[in-house]
Amino acid sequence: MAELEIKNLHKKFGKTKVLKGIDFSLEKGEVVSIIGSSGSGKTTLLRCINFLEIADEGEIKVDGNTIFKSGENITSKKMQEMQLLFGMVFQNFNLFPQYTVLENIMLAPKLHAKQKYKNDFKMKKEAVENIRQQALTLLERVGLTDKKDNYPCQLSGGQQQRVAIARALALNPKILCFDEPTSALDPELTGEVLNVIRGLKNSDTTMIVVTHEMEFAKEVSDKIIFMADGIIAEEGTPSQLMDNPKTERLINFLQK
Amino acid sequence: MFLEVTKQLCIGFGMTLKLFSLTLLFSLPLGLIISFGSMSKFKPLKWFTKVFVWIIRGTPLMLQLIVIYFGPGLIGAWAQGQIANGSTGAFINFMATFKVFDRFAAVLIAFVINYACYFSEIYRGGIESIPVGQYEAGQVLGMTKSQIFFKVVLLQVIKRIVPPMSNEIITLVKDTSLARIIAVYEIIWSAQVFIKQAGLLWPLFYTGAFYLAFSGLLTILFGYIEKKMDYFRS
Ligand SMILES: Nc1ncnc2c1ncn2[C@@H]1O[C@H](COP(=O)(O)OP(=O)(O)OP(=O)(O)O)[C@@H](O)[C@H]1O
Ligand SMILES: [Mg+2]
Repeated sequence: MAELEIKNLHKKFGKTKVLKGIDFSLEKGEVVSIIGSSGSGKTTLLRCINFLEIADEGEIKVDGNTIFKSGENITSKKMQEMQLLFGMVFQNFNLFPQYTVLENIMLAPKLHAKQKYKNDFKMKKEAVENIRQQALTLLERVGLTDKKDNYPCQLSGGQQQRVAIARALALNPKILCFDEPTSALDPELTGEVLNVIRGLKNSDTTMIVVTHEMEFAKEVSDKIIFMADGIIAEEGTPSQLMDNPKTERLINFLQK
Repeated sequence: MFLEVTKQLCIGFGMTLKLFSLTLLFSLPLGLIISFGSMSKFKPLKWFTKVFVWIIRGTPLMLQLIVIYFGPGLIGAWAQGQIANGSTGAFINFMATFKVFDRFAAVLIAFVINYACYFSEIYRGGIESIPVGQYEAGQVLGMTKSQIFFKVVLLQVIKRIVPPMSNEIITLVKDTSLARIIAVYEIIWSAQVFIKQAGLLWPLFYTGAFYLAFSGLLTILFGYIEKKMDYFRS
């Protein structure tokens, strides 16, 4: 069974139709890259999957369970639960400036633990200690152990994005989404972030990466989706798409 | 004489400080409520709030003081006149009970409303200047709206509003002298008593030292708060 299934997703802003029926599915542990020219709806698709936007039409299933279906109302509490199935890494990091690196990673898990254990101080304390250990492990994984007590403004863009990745991972999302994780970075800093994402490939995390880094997409993806004008114009393995593009649009896109 | 003047001015300054601190105590939270009103998605509330803030910020505080002090009394007198001419009804009876406020209460109400409106605009500016990305980052991490406000946004807002707030609060120190137009005995009033009774002008100049000392103290305090939040940039 597919881990993530998107069916017939539509989204419009006012009169502009941005997504015009998106269908795709992902297996557990798969990495899919989404490419396509500016304005084709890549960000909007990720935002609909993450509940930052509510799609107008369509269905989203995780492990066979419908988590979103247009026309069905969801309470905000339910939505919050659904949101935790997904992680999101933004183009411009969006770290919380007033917290240190470690605090950024621990903040949300700590709040969830507090909600869960309410007055059980002993359990809460234990949970927080576990969260701390996990945060430190994650920091090691993204290579920033020595920066754990620094504030975001003291880090380079590449380092900030690595923290953002660790922060998303700290909630153990089933599916991690990246929206152009390197396009706000100086060219010499993209490598370190891409390396971290490469490193995640071998874990269980399913990933959706919107990117303009073609070489990277080709190397890391199990599947590539090419979007144009709110639809999936072409989809397949990296070699199918990159080496044998079928549609005119993709051919034009790849030539640029 | 100097000691006597100092003593009298201290008493007047006590009133100034009382007005200052009570105004802050009520207007700081009221301003937050008003700012939520002006950012409300419920259009009528939003527009009502905006018009109200526009009126308060667009007219002199001195005028507002006079309206609040004399207004209820005038309404009461007018309603009583109507009743004497044969008008009846619950509303007119209710209006007939309006009386002139206690002087200090009138001043306090005018100051609280006026400053709450100014603060609300500063709060609104601060809250709206926080990038949506901060809210969205909180949202994708499964935080609730109130968790996002209190744990993520609030401190950033505070950092941004400290400089404009400190300006406004120092203006308040000086605005308290307006209270004397409806005879609330603050420090300038105390000094004027010496002009009338002893022909002494210097006590009035001397009040300047009180204002300077107090606003100097506030400047240092706000400088310290700003410094405390220097550790992050947002
Ligand atoms: N909140 C919004 N309100 C109105 N229009 C929007 C909104 N968000 C996106 N759009 C429009 O939707 C279209 C698709 O935008 P989207 O950001 O999804 O494209 P994209 O593929 O991510 O582009 P890019 O490569 O530049 O990031 C654009 O025409 C954009 O102007
Ligand atoms: Mg985009």
